[in-house]
This record gives sequence, structure tokens and C-alpha cells, in this order.
Amino acid sequence: MAIGIASYGAYVPWHRLGPGTKGWSFTTEKAIANFDEDSITMAVAAGCNCLDGWSREKIEALYFASTTPPYREKSNSTLISAALDLPSETLGVDFSSSIRAGTIALQTAVNAVKGGTRQVLVTAADMRVPQPGSELEPAIGDGAAALIIANDNVVAELEDSCTLSHEMLDVWRAEGDVHMRSWEDRFVVEEGFLKVLPQTVIKLLDRNKLNPKDITKVALYAPDPRRHNEIVRKLGFDPKNQVQDPLLNGVGNTGTACALITFIAALEKAKPGDRILLANYGDGADAFLFRVTEEIVKRRNHREVRSYVESKKILSEYETYAVWRGLINKAPPTRRPPFRTPSPSALHREENKNLRFQGTKCKQCGYPQFPPQRICSRCHAKDDFEAYRFSDRRATVFTYTMDRLAPTLDPPLVVCVIDFEGGGRMFSIMTDRDIDRLEIGMCVEMTFRRFYTSEGIHNYFWKCMPVRA
Amino acid sequence: MGCVKFGENWEQSAADMIIDATYEAYDDAGIEPREIQAAWIGTCQAGVRGTQLAVPLKLEYIPISRLENACATGTDAFRNACYGIAAGVYDIALVVGVEKTKDTGYSGLETTYSRHISQGTWLDPEVFVGMPAQFALAATRYFYRYGLSYQEGKTVLAKVSVKSHHNGTLSPKAHLRREITVEQVVSAPIIAWPLGLFDCCGVSDGAAVAILTNPELAKRFREDYVLVKGLGVACGASQAELQDDYDFTHFEETVVAAGLAYAEAGVKHPRKEIDLASVHDCFSITELINYEDLGFSPRGRAREDVDAGTFALDGELPVNTDGGLKCFGHPVGASGIRMIYEIYKQLQGKAEARQIKNATIGLTHNLGGLPGRFTCAVTVLGR
Repeated sequence: MAIGIASYGAYVPWHRLGPGTKGWSFTTEKAIANFDEDSITMAVAAGCNCLDGWSREKIEALYFASTTPPYREKSNSTLISAALDLPSETLGVDFSSSIRAGTIALQTAVNAVKGGTRQVLVTAADMRVPQPGSELEPAIGDGAAALIIANDNVVAELEDSCTLSHEMLDVWRAEGDVHMRSWEDRFVVEEGFLKVLPQTVIKLLDRNKLNPKDITKVALYAPDPRRHNEIVRKLGFDPKNQVQDPLLNGVGNTGTACALITFIAALEKAKPGDRILLANYGDGADAFLFRVTEEIVKRRNHREVRSYVESKKILSEYETYAVWRGLINKAPPTRRPPFRTPSPSALHREENKNLRFQGTKCKQCGYPQFPPQRICSRCHAKDDFEAYRFSDRRATVFTYTMDRLAPTLDPPLVVCVIDFEGGGRMFSIMTDRDIDRLEIGMCVEMTFRRFYTSEGIHNYFWKCMPVRA
Repeated sequence: MGCVKFGENWEQSAADMIIDATYEAYDDAGIEPREIQAAWIGTCQAGVRGTQLAVPLKLEYIPISRLENACATGTDAFRNACYGIAAGVYDIALVVGVEKTKDTGYSGLETTYSRHISQGTWLDPEVFVGMPAQFALAATRYFYRYGLSYQEGKTVLAKVSVKSHHNGTLSPKAHLRREITVEQVVSAPIIAWPLGLFDCCGVSDGAAVAILTNPELAKRFREDYVLVKGLGVACGASQAELQDDYDFTHFEETVVAAGLAYAEAGVKHPRKEIDLASVHDCFSITELINYEDLGFSPRGRAREDVDAGTFALDGELPVNTDGGLKCFGHPVGASGIRMIYEIYKQLQGKAEARQIKNATIGLTHNLGGLPGRFTCAVTVLGR
């Protein structure tokens, strides 16, 4: 029984802060989530990517790793599970607190599959808000990763793994803190990262009687590009051929997702027989040794990290980011009524519609409809429908407008009417869009977003966005 | 009938406007308040019960119903009162349309989402598609379908607003009373692309009142009474968001409601038989599409009629002779009855500076809601 990775997919948001951003004082570029994204929505995006073409029935658990879960009390993983339209029997588990939580979830998933769970979908996402101007700010980016752990048809078989727990305060965030705090750089790096990660990697290599040269690719976490270079050098890997770029400049340090995104990028280029080493750090370290299988060539239909990295929009002003993160409480463009608090009973009743994005397909006339109907809009048949998921369907824009009166943190609000491939249409809000490139007939895909928050309730729903290249 | 001056009536409450408009109507009809046997109040925001009328007017112990039906609220209240008379249940009925929009603190309409619809999750399109956006979706598609460039589309829409503003200058009770130019309209700030500031109607307070009776009794009150010849209402069932053949360049609710009203009134060729019309011009694009849906212009060719001045005060079929919603603003419950007031005055020859010649058949039209979920009301009036 080979346990390992059966499917994989990352997500990197569209927006960037970089040298082209007015008010950005650093030389690095990093990915930042839009105002309507958070760790849940990014985990859903990575999950959708990972599940593309994958049957959901065998998934028995959904793990979510994040140090920035939108809910402090109430499961985040069950919400992600619903948005991914996983079976209601799926066990949802939230992993948090450590930026190593992504690989901790991975190790736990491996253990679960060893224990008889058929498939586990591991998601990791982070959207940390570094203090403006701090040393952490140029490095911290937003992103997500998803992996399916299974015991058959794996693309990469886990050969061995080891872990090391290490209690120290290097970077931390206490209850109530918005930003991370960190101790002196020398201590943080010398006594933490550069000590603990190599120990764990060397232990794993030694135990398997391997030398660094036996590894095809290493996916190594590092807090920033400089420290990445140092760890590579220290471990003796060839920076040119053996090291998977962790995208620390370009995407940034995405916390719990960082090492997994790097690992996914390595899988996307891997060949059968390759040996990939994944190592992560944070309150200790995890190291995994994978052997790529013949299956890898079959499981390549998802969206690659590279295409997410290339498809981007540099924010023109840092102020926009500051407004999105609530660092500046900017007045809306017009005085409009506040958003109303959604009713939890109504949200519960409408889970299939709002989270699972299920419409109905008429069994009489075959026409798909969203929102779900009880009486067919076309043929008027009553209560004769099957559930029909729209989240993985593309659509084309039938008409649109840019509303400058609407309250939104990213004005103007692009409202459009979209027609789904295979039938059905809806009124939709378009996000991650360039307002100079809107046109009737443009192709869009669906994306799970946070509409707004009121009284601590995050009101999630699906929007459309131009298809990411 | 009666109608207050529409506008930002900071000094007047809804009750004040109800009293002023109703007492103008009492005077106009020559009747005493105690002769009113039943009443209807149409309003979206100024109260939710019939007592909203009984209390200020001291209508004591008579049946009063409150009605809300989006932008067709006033007209639908009027329709229900007509049926009360037509059924022979009442001889004299009062209909009041009123709205106090300017106490909300928002420069646009507060919109239905914040008050009325028990949405639960607040994720319905009626929540996130604002009113200018609803009609801008139609404008974008109309331009596309008929091959109008942005500039061409904006210009034809501008001509609609310029025409209405001219008529508004001749309307003492209108809110906005100044001429505008095509250039001003086209270059105005965008509200919901492609619609700009002057493509949108004003937001005002207002009230308008009608007193209804049957034709036999009407003769005892006055010689120049006006007849209700046809009434039509039609509601959409979310076709725009469910059916991918909904075109966004016409509104079927208008076509059906007008068909019902035309059939009752015996109108076979609207363009020829209707002398003037007050149509729902919440946005310039709405009025343009109305021309086609009401049968005034062939599909896709309203632009030619706009260019020819067909709908101007001195044109072949004057539309919105009082300046329309564009100049009166849109106190939602009051608008439909304000339109009927204008047709009533025109048919009586009392429209003063904006009087058109030989008016015998007039039409009013309201359209409210979201595309595919409109409520439309059409009324045909005659001498």
C-alpha cells in the first residue's frame, strides 16, 4: 500500500505589491489577497484547483491549516468543505497557530490514511498582515495550497518523514494582535531556522542512507530569500538544479501554505522516479521524502503555480492595500446604508445554494437553473430536479455595468449577467478584474469570496472573475 | 386630483404632503371629505398600514388598504381603487400615493434591500445590484445589440434627458427645472457605466391624489371628468436571471401590461391612437426601451424617433410632458399618480405652458424592480 499525494493544486491571488506600487518602499514583489479574500476563500480556490477532474466521493476528511482562520470559534474546515461541495460525512479538522501547520496537517493526513481513512484533502492558506514598514512586510505574502492524501494511484509516494518540536519565540502573534512580532534576527535565525531545519533534514537523509545529491528537488521553507540561500548552502544542495524556487520574491512567504506551494511547484515539473524532499519550519520542523510515480503524468490537468505567478496585477497604490486590510478606515465613495447582518438560520437553510453553489437541473426539460428552483422556469415542472453544481463551470458575460454608487472596497462594483456553459445564467459580481478589459462575451470562471462581514458573520458567496491565464 | 410640489421638501412630513395633495383633490372634485367611502394608500417607505392615511386626514372608520408594488405602487393602488368602483362596491374612492425619501440620509434611493425584503442571507441580486446598475445592464446590452458605439449610445440617451429637462422647466410642480445640453449629459460623472448623472432621475419627496367615481356620478361633479379606459399590470418571474434567452433590450412586463391595457381601451395602433404618454423614466435607457415596448417605435429604432423629435412637446407623440421622473424625481409611491395627474390635466386642457393640442387619449406607465422581476403597470386614460 503506497501512501502519498494523489492530487495537488495551489492558489496565488491576483494582486501584487511591488516596485510598481506607489508607496511600496521595498524592492521585492509579493502576492496579496483581494479585499474579498481570506484564508477560507483561498483554501477553497486551491481546493477547487486540486479537485479539478477528481471524484469527491472518496474524500473522508478535510484539513485546513492556517494561522489566520477567519473564525476563532466555529469550524473553518466545515465551511471550506461545504464550499468544495464535499460529502457531509467529511471530517473537518482545523490546524492552527504554527506556520508549520500545513505540514503538520500533511503528516496527520498520512497517519489518518495509514489508519484506514480513504482520502484526506489537506488545505493550507494564510493571509497575515505584517506591520507596515516592518522587516517582515516585504516578505509576507498571501496564498494557499491543497493536496489529496490517498493510498492508491498516488503521484508521489511518501518514503519517510520525520519531525522535530522546538519551543522558542521567534515570530509570534498573541490573542488580539493584528501584526506579527519577532525577536532579534540573529537569535531567530541562528538558534531557530538555521539550526532546527537542517537537523531534521539531515536526520531524515541519514535514516534513509541518502546524500543531498540523491535528491532530485528540494522544496524548502525559508522566511525570506536571503535565508533560503543560506539554508540551501548549509545543506549542500545545488542551487541551480536541485532547488525549487520558493517564490519568496514574487509571491512571498505565505505562512502555512509556503512550503506546500513550493512542493506543488516541484511536483508540477517532476518526472517518474524523481525524489522530492519537502521541509518546513515553525516551532520545530517537518521533513518528508517523496518518490514520484508513473501516475504523475496523468495528474497534470490542473492550473500550475507558474500560471498563477505570471497572471497578476500590480496594485498601483499601497493605500488601496491598506484600505483592504483595514489599516486605513477610508470612507466609502458614497453614503450608503450599511450591510445587513445575514440570518444564521437562513444561511443554514441555503448552504447548498450559497456555499456549495448548487442550482437545480430540471429532469423534465434538462435546463440548469441558479438559484435552485422548485418550479422550473422553462417548463414549469414541479419538484422534479437534480442538484447541479455551478462552481466548476465557466461562463460568458452577457451584459455588465460598473456601479460607482455601490459600497465596495474595490470600486467600481462590476455587476454582470453571465451565461454558463451547459446552460443557466446568473446575476454576478465580478472580482479580480481590470475595468479597462471588460467586454460582452468575455469568459469568466467562478470564485468563492467573502461578500462582507457583519456582527462577526462572514457572508460568503460566489463571484465571477476573468479566467486566470 | 391633487399633487404637491415635488422636491426636497425638508419642511414637510409625509402626512403634510398627504393632506396638501388630498385637499387640492377635494377642491378639484368639489366633494367633502366625508363623502369618501374607501381609500387606498400606495407607498413603499412612508408607513405600512391604511391608518397612515386615516390618521392625518381623519378619515373615520372607512376601509383603507396600503399597497406596495415597487415603482408601480401608486398606479397599482389606483388600479385597485378602480376595481372597487367598477365592482359597484363603492361610489367614491380616494387614492393617495406618497413617499418621503429625503429623510433617509442617502442621496440615492435607500433602495428596497435595506428595508423591505426579508432576504435572510442578503445575497439576492436585489441586494447587490443597485438601481442604476439594473438599468445600466440593459443599456450596455442595448448598445451592443444595435451596434451603437459608446458615444452614439450616450448621445441618444442624452437627447431623452434633454427633452425631459426642457419639459420640466414648464412644470411648476417639478423638482428640477432647468435646461440641460447633450454635451452636459454625455460628460457628466458616471453613476453606473454607461449611465451618467443626467441619465438618472432625481430623488424627491412627493404626494399625488386621485378621487374616483363611476362615469354616471362623475357627470354630477364636473363636465371635464377623465375616464379610465384600460388597466394592465404584469410581474416578471426572474426570467432575466434564470433564462439565457432573456435579451435585456426589451422588458416583457411592459409589453404584456400594455397589451392588457390596450385591449381594454380598444387601442389597436398605439403610435397613432395615443396622444401623449407619461412613461417610467427612472433612467434614460428605461424611457428609450419603453418607446419600443409600448409600441411607439419599432424594435431597435427608438433612436430614429428620438432624433426626429417624435416624443418632444411639439412632436407626434409627446412623452413625459411634465418632465417625467427625470425632473419630478421618483418618490416611488407617488410617481404613478403624479403621472396620471399630468395626463388628467392635459386631457382637461389645463396643462398651461406645456399644454399639447387635441389630447383625447393618454397613457401612463410604471416599471419597477430588477430586470426579469419587474412589476409593470400601464393605464390608458381618455376623455
